[in-house]
Amino acid sequence: MENNILVKLNNVGFQQNQKWLVQGVSLQVEKGKIVTLIGPNGSGKSTTAKIALGLFKNIEGQVEKFTNNIGYVPQKISIDWTLPLRVRDFMLLTDNLTEDVIDEALSLTGVIDLKDKSLGNLSGGEFQRVLLARAISKKPELLVLDEPVQGVDFTGEIALYELIKEISEKLNCGILLISHDLHTVMSATDHVVCLNGHVCCSGSPKEVAKNSEYKALFGEQAAQTLSIYEHKHDHVHTNDGDIKKN
Amino acid sequence: MFDDFFIRALVAGIGIAFVAGPLGCFVVWRRLSYFGDTLAHSALLGVTIAYSLEFNIAVSIFLISSAIALILIQLQKKTNLPSDALLGLLAHSSLAVGLVVIGFLTFIRFDIMGLLFGDILAVNKKDLLTIWVGGALILLVLRLIWKPLFASTVNYELAQAEGLNPDRAKAVFTVLLAAIIAISIKLVGVLLITGMLIIPTAMARNLSDNPQKMVIFAIIGGLLSVFIGLFSSLEFNTPSGPSIIAAALVLFIFSLLKVKQTIKLKN
Repeated sequence: MENNILVKLNNVGFQQNQKWLVQGVSLQVEKGKIVTLIGPNGSGKSTTAKIALGLFKNIEGQVEKFTNNIGYVPQKISIDWTLPLRVRDFMLLTDNLTEDVIDEALSLTGVIDLKDKSLGNLSGGEFQRVLLARAISKKPELLVLDEPVQGVDFTGEIALYELIKEISEKLNCGILLISHDLHTVMSATDHVVCLNGHVCCSGSPKEVAKNSEYKALFGEQAAQTLSIYEHKHDHVHTNDGDIKKN
Repeated sequence: MFDDFFIRALVAGIGIAFVAGPLGCFVVWRRLSYFGDTLAHSALLGVTIAYSLEFNIAVSIFLISSAIALILIQLQKKTNLPSDALLGLLAHSSLAVGLVVIGFLTFIRFDIMGLLFGDILAVNKKDLLTIWVGGALILLVLRLIWKPLFASTVNYELAQAEGLNPDRAKAVFTVLLAAIIAISIKLVGVLLITGMLIIPTAMARNLSDNPQKMVIFAIIGGLLSVFIGLFSSLEFNTPSGPSIIAAALVLFIFSLLKVKQTIKLKN
């Protein structure tokens, strides 16, 4: 199984201005598997993803990367208006792709019509789809998606999650996904890690498709795509930052 | 054909416009206008050092500007002052030191106006060689670092995450900026080089919807500015640098008409 591992974090941590943003995190992403990170705001989800990507220099612990073919959708990206950029230019940002490959990726995320549009004129949801298209266009082995469904409405969210699942199957890539929701994760997730400065708990999501209340609330389609993650914490975080064992 | 001073100035200007277009785009995109200014101010110090040590002027400017860039990076790391204060500190102190040193070099006659604002009479055949060979090298290196530089201009973390090397590209780009200042000082002058980098680019921004177009329009804008500026410099006996920059300004004002139209169309 060793050769299926794409990236492995071993007890990593990162501190900035003498404050630990995240500490003692171990996880690994394998080929064809989806790992979802959840946790409250400021819990170190993005930091953990950035550690996995090798964006920080002075980290604690070890990161072992077994691939260099990585696609990344950052949480925040603002395009300066001084830089005129169309979707097609943005697609070519880190790699030289053929027109066919660009079209294929844009069609897959359903934004092929926006190819010649200026990046500044897109709506939040359209922009997320373009970001995703760009990340998958070079057929990466590892995809790191930092809140890829932010700014997308609920139906769009379901559609994007289905798309991510489809991509993971098609490309057989490993996915490290950061979810903005604390309790629902996409069903295709193989492993959930709940963070709050450290790993609070981890496990697999619970099947909810059979849960009739949930189905009634969100509809059949949603129930098949989303799963509930039940947290099993053996400690609580107090407001002053202390950790108390239950 | 290069015996005529005006032809020499024109050929020099064309060479500089080709390099200033693409570099200027990055200066604007990366918000480095004031940084370019600082490097250019320090060029005067480079000139005086070249004169006192009887050293090649372009090489001397290049070395001093690169050194100033390195000092800036160190100061940014080690002090609590904001970048614009540090840039001002370096720009004005290097300009001042340069002028003070000129005061001491009484045995050499300096055309200070020419250094500050450019002088088309001063461009010789050797300068043409420096501009065209140096310019070609700058463009070649820029072509090589284009991908990582552009990607990190859009988003630093994305470029780094996907395996490009933005820090190296940034360092190389700083050196390229120092290089274009070194080769263009005689024609445009210390105080106005940054104008040559950013005004045609600003005009180009108003006319383009993608980066390639912006680079091409910036080059065209630079070429037109050089032609109009040099001809009026000859006609009205004005210094070459300000004439070129004033021409660029006129082009920029015309480009605003196009922006107004686009904004109207949007509404």
